[in-house]
Amino acid sequence: MNSLYYQKRLSRNIGDKFFTSLSVICALIAILPLIFLVTYILYKGGSQITPELFSLEPNPPGDDLDAGGINPALIGTLIITSIASIIAIPVGVGGGIYLAEYSKGGAFSRFIRFGVNVLAGVPSIIAGVFIYALIVSTRILFGSMYSGLAGGMALSILMLPTVIKTTDEGLKLVPNELRYASLGVGASMYTTILKVTLPSAFRSIATGVVLGIARAAGETAPLIFTALFSYYYITGFGDLFYEMGSLAVLIYNFALEPYDAQNKLAWAASFILVLSILSVNIFSRILAAFTEKTKRV
Amino acid sequence: MIKTNKKTPKNIILSLENVSISYGTFEAVRNVFCNFKKGNITSLIGPSGCGKSTVLRSLNRMNDLIPNCSLKGTILFDGTNIYDKRVDPVEVRRRIGMVFQQPNPFPKSIYENIAFGARINGFTGDMDELVESSLRKAALWDECKDKLKDSGYSLSGGQQQRLCIARTIAIEPEIILMDEPCSALDPISTLKIEETMHELKKNYTIIIVTHNMQQALRVSDMTAFFNAIEYEDGDGGKVGYLAEFNSTKKIFNSPKEKTTQEYISGKFG
Repeated sequence: MNSLYYQKRLSRNIGDKFFTSLSVICALIAILPLIFLVTYILYKGGSQITPELFSLEPNPPGDDLDAGGINPALIGTLIITSIASIIAIPVGVGGGIYLAEYSKGGAFSRFIRFGVNVLAGVPSIIAGVFIYALIVSTRILFGSMYSGLAGGMALSILMLPTVIKTTDEGLKLVPNELRYASLGVGASMYTTILKVTLPSAFRSIATGVVLGIARAAGETAPLIFTALFSYYYITGFGDLFYEMGSLAVLIYNFALEPYDAQNKLAWAASFILVLSILSVNIFSRILAAFTEKTKRV
Repeated sequence: MIKTNKKTPKNIILSLENVSISYGTFEAVRNVFCNFKKGNITSLIGPSGCGKSTVLRSLNRMNDLIPNCSLKGTILFDGTNIYDKRVDPVEVRRRIGMVFQQPNPFPKSIYENIAFGARINGFTGDMDELVESSLRKAALWDECKDKLKDSGYSLSGGQQQRLCIARTIAIEPEIILMDEPCSALDPISTLKIEETMHELKKNYTIIIVTHNMQQALRVSDMTAFFNAIEYEDGDGGKVGYLAEFNSTKKIFNSPKEKTTQEYISGKFG
């Protein structure tokens, strides 16, 4: 008879210990890049943060003067992301509503779902090249070439699948009883969607939209082909049709410069970019947690 | 208004003529003929899978929302076949309201739960008055008059169900369909709902599906007993049919069919 006490030397217990520690080590290695990355950027960039950073134009590289600030790039990122949201949110939410509420699971809706998944996997640089070919090189937007508008369009392609998917899934979580309740009191399909199902799914859709924005705000490749870069303040509406700076492209440009001042500016921009994307992500988690809570009522 | 040539007696509000309903290739219920009288409470009883809920849902075209559900035959309401291609199901549901098995209030305030249906139906009168009278008719006013701004979810299950009834009354339908309205409720709430139904009988026609035979006996004037049998031409699955339809007294005291007798005495079901 074997003893009931735990025996360290038993081969199955040794194997168990080994695999437990192996998986713990792998988990630690997986989280290390994130920790190092965030702390390194906080350390390198955090020390560069000054009030002038937010108000000045970047100086062109080449002299030993101060590198200036990131004001145009910061505003540019805001504008380009806003343009992307203005395009992607209505189209994405509308498409998601079609998939979840109107489609009956036929060939067309299956094709759209498949298409959305493919679009979600398209490399971001392809979205940039596509808009370059469609908008920039044809000068179709009132004769302008590289522009903030084109940049926004490229980013909207990247946002679209996230928005469609989360709308679709958020609406599917709304219990059918609620739809029946509304239709049962004589509401039409569109009243039901507008007044009952969409408000119920609002927070999960909002979470998806926020995540989509966070992804788009950090993209570089599509902007190199579309918005390019600008050193100058954004002063008016007309600037939408010209080259526009963004944090991501500023980092790309200035990190490769041989001058120390520009490199430091790139670090500062990285700091701002990481911090804002991180806070947007945390904001979406709070939204999601809030959704969970209200569902249980 | 779309009229057909069919004439129905005046006190008949809803008339089923040779109605068969299928889900895809599966036939749920076959060849139902049935007349519902105005101002009556009619209960539909029968074992599970006999198609009584299916029939109920077909009466205000709720079955449209279930994919692959199709109906043969005609259902005459107000002289119109509600399955005519020209009929707008939204309009049908405005005149034939429905209360569901699970209480399903909107995630809005108690007041808004009732105002919602009335507002989308173009109600322009005094909304406060409508909310109060609807809640009174559903015997809920005294319990929630002080918390009309609270969420509908803050009520108990039985109160929620009465809120759903009040919501249905607020759109002033001619018929109220109830799909096992008490199956999720405790006996005391059930009793309250039954009292409410007796009140509502004065103004509305009620058709109720119930698994509880005592409830059918207590509340209804007429009872329809549905059963399910295997047809020879079928693929072995059971198909529902209307076995017996008569006044509740006759169904429970002297049923004509042997299966009815067996069902109400609890031999199967």
